[in-house]
Amino acid sequence: MSSIASSPKHRQLGLTDFEYDRILERLGREPLEVELAMLSLMWSEHCAYKHSRRLLRRLPTQGKHVLMGPGENAGAVDVGGGLAVAFKVESHNHPSAVEPFQGAATGVGGILRDVFAVGARPIAVLDSLRFGDPDTSERSRYLLERAVAGIGHYGNSIGVPTVGGEIYFEPSYEQNCLINAMCLGLAPHERLIRSAAAGPGNVVVLLGALTGRDGIGGASVLASAELGEGDEAKRPSVQIGDPFSEKKLMECCLELLDRELLVSLQDLGAAGLTSSASEMASKGAVGLDIDVAHVPLREPGMEPFEIMISESQERMLCVVEPARVDEVLAVCERWETNPTVVGEVTASDRLRVLQDGDVVADVPVSVLVDDCPLYDLEPRAPAAPLDAVPHIGDERPKNPDETLLNLLRSANMCSRRPVWEQYDPIVGSRTVRRPDEADAAILALPDGSAIAVSIDGNGRRVACDPRAGAAEAVFECAANLAAVGASPLGLTNCLNFGNPEKPAVAWQLVEAVEGIAQACEALEVPVVGGNVSLYNESPDGAIFPTPVIGMVGKLPDAARAGRLGFAQEGDEIAIVGSFAPARAGSELAKLEGEPPVGPLPFKEVQAVRDAHGAVRDGIRAGALHSAHDIAEGGLAVALAECCIAGGIGAKVATDVDLFGEDLGSAFVVSGPRLEGLEVIGRVGGGQLEIEGRLALAVSALREARAGGLAASLG
Amino acid sequence: MKFGIVQFPGSCDDVDALGAASRVGEATLLWHAERDLKGVDAVIVPGGFSYGDYLRAGAIARFAPVMEEVAEFARAGGPVLGICNGFQVLCEAGLLPGALLPNTSLRFVFRQVELEVVDPDTPFTCACARGERLSIPVKHTTGRYYAPGPVQVVLRYARGHNPNGSQDDIAGVRNEAGNVFGLMPHPEHAVDRLTGSTDGLKIFESIREHVEHRVFA
Repeated sequence: MSSIASSPKHRQLGLTDFEYDRILERLGREPLEVELAMLSLMWSEHCAYKHSRRLLRRLPTQGKHVLMGPGENAGAVDVGGGLAVAFKVESHNHPSAVEPFQGAATGVGGILRDVFAVGARPIAVLDSLRFGDPDTSERSRYLLERAVAGIGHYGNSIGVPTVGGEIYFEPSYEQNCLINAMCLGLAPHERLIRSAAAGPGNVVVLLGALTGRDGIGGASVLASAELGEGDEAKRPSVQIGDPFSEKKLMECCLELLDRELLVSLQDLGAAGLTSSASEMASKGAVGLDIDVAHVPLREPGMEPFEIMISESQERMLCVVEPARVDEVLAVCERWETNPTVVGEVTASDRLRVLQDGDVVADVPVSVLVDDCPLYDLEPRAPAAPLDAVPHIGDERPKNPDETLLNLLRSANMCSRRPVWEQYDPIVGSRTVRRPDEADAAILALPDGSAIAVSIDGNGRRVACDPRAGAAEAVFECAANLAAVGASPLGLTNCLNFGNPEKPAVAWQLVEAVEGIAQACEALEVPVVGGNVSLYNESPDGAIFPTPVIGMVGKLPDAARAGRLGFAQEGDEIAIVGSFAPARAGSELAKLEGEPPVGPLPFKEVQAVRDAHGAVRDGIRAGALHSAHDIAEGGLAVALAECCIAGGIGAKVATDVDLFGEDLGSAFVVSGPRLEGLEVIGRVGGGQLEIEGRLALAVSALREARAGGLAASLG
Repeated sequence: MKFGIVQFPGSCDDVDALGAASRVGEATLLWHAERDLKGVDAVIVPGGFSYGDYLRAGAIARFAPVMEEVAEFARAGGPVLGICNGFQVLCEAGLLPGALLPNTSLRFVFRQVELEVVDPDTPFTCACARGERLSIPVKHTTGRYYAPGPVQVVLRYARGHNPNGSQDDIAGVRNEAGNVFGLMPHPEHAVDRLTGSTDGLKIFESIREHVEHRVFA
């Protein structure tokens, strides 16, 4: 650690010598202090995507429903009726590993701002969380408890429902937990706004919270380096969230847009004013002058560089025509959002930072935004699986009854109720299915239709086979949508990986992106935005490669949205889809101590599409009373979940592998008459019986599934 | 009849309450900084986190200009309904007895709960029968009702449904005069079969019955 203090300034700020030489070359001089601080952040992995930008070009981004693709604060798709849904998923991993409550809370706050920055009213939040083993790790229980509290604190207080999510526990996340938050927003098409600044002479107005010293250097210090010893000392780099400020800011921005008072709007996230101003200027091909002396400060004596890179939360930047400034200020006064004119749009191509008129930074916008070197990855498949170390498992032979109960009790399979009871899923009055009622969250639209949304990504299976595992996450999300009767419109992703400068991690990343791209092409679902989180490593090694997929779809009739629970005594039960269960990467293999190695089942794309289509049509027609995709834990767990959710038993006869997994391919469905399907049994009674193999009371299933997380949360 | 829904900075369920009230009558929002009650027949103080609730739930909202008018409206016998944060605000304002304390779990809790109508002779429950059960969701961190003396209980959590450790399973209370009522559960989130139960509608229908009966009697 002591060597850092004596190293050159640019290295302390996370820039390599090569990158610094390029800065000298582009500027033709040494950067000033403020300029170096700004460049170090704009050229960080977090802001510049320098290890992933080329790779991301592989993802398909075109589709007939796409209104806004990657590059804006959030992507947006057309949902009919003149409405658009904007959505995005983003990580807040490293801040949460250092301070889970504020890290998770501000992760929610940040993704909400991304969505209302494009003019959409946030209507739902989902979360994808990863922690170490809660049974053995006190740290993981602490991170879980505090991160869940932080998410609830922010989402509940601001009045945006948390409608869904997922949690997995694996030892590889012990030091480096993952906190990914996704937000969806709703807007009339004409209210969608881009962030490009325009019109030299227009005024730049800063709204929202005061600027303080919190979060300084977060993007480079926390988000773009591996975790290690001394991270406690980085706590000051974690931002502090204030949902009340953001609530006012959100209502204010939406009213400004409703009144058509803004030229453009941008949130302040990583790298604060520096990033927002540079991005707005770059997209509009204009320059900006910002005078830091006008920025309202939380504490006196802040240096210009601190003001420019502060990551204080709950702030927005907008461009306003001079003639509309008074109207803008009046709306802001009503919402108490502290509006301040801090600069203006210029006809130059430069971002200039002034302090009471003195120039303290003057950099071409292109140097900040475009000139960061992009690195080609050097992927190399590892000679042996990366995570091939077996861990302690329970290998004693068991009968299927015991195995099913053990799976339902396990951390990855047990009930999430103790978590989702801490979130408000209904504020906004759009929530058609509550947590545990259906495979996807469903939000009603004014015309009687609805949107469905699902978030998924199983790192253990991606560790087995990065390409097939990542593709499977896309198929799994699409299956969740099909089970409620929705067809996909678009997806967002968050790529959580280790250090991409390591060839094996680079290989995982390249393979996973290829898998996502292929699955998107197969299902004709475009990627409309996303986020990359690299360097998720600790001294113990990298996390499981964890691409998280968030998919949005549409169903024509909200009243016919699917449910997962068996509904009616006497209904027939069938498996829909070409189900090819295998043990590799399964929860059973994990329970028994096997490492995540081995091939995942091959998916025949047309068969998957056909299965999704059949279930979707059956739900929409009302022919199916329930549909549930067969996911982790295999057929037995899927059947158990249908019984628990419905509060009714079932009796089936099948010789299918009970615990093998093949995610996203097949479904358990029920309905009064399942024509054309191979019926395996009927709904009814108080127990789940799989003839000759397994029989357990529904109450026993429920009890097994109920306890795990409640114990972990204390 | 016309409902007025108070809107504080930080109100979250204001639009939900507006939508629920609109199902049985006219409804309009009342801005916290204004003193104009717009001639409404009933006032709803909605759920959310007024002014952020960083000091204590409802502690700042009671000082809002609109609340002076709401207090005056209540003194004149106008029906005032406080839901969740609105209940907290009415207690802080002294319009209802008692106080809401942090849940025994110290955590936020969302849950669909069963309620029992203890007192159907109020402007807010007159469309219900004594002992009738209502299925309505709760969602709060500070919902454990406490009062040092006897209070007029209107709703109780059914046995086994108390989500917060409330004294005597109290879910909602009224003032002595009977025209001010606060409850922690959210009836505005139980008005549409598509998104849950419809039992909450009875609270809004009761208010309408009360107001229309009063006007035309």
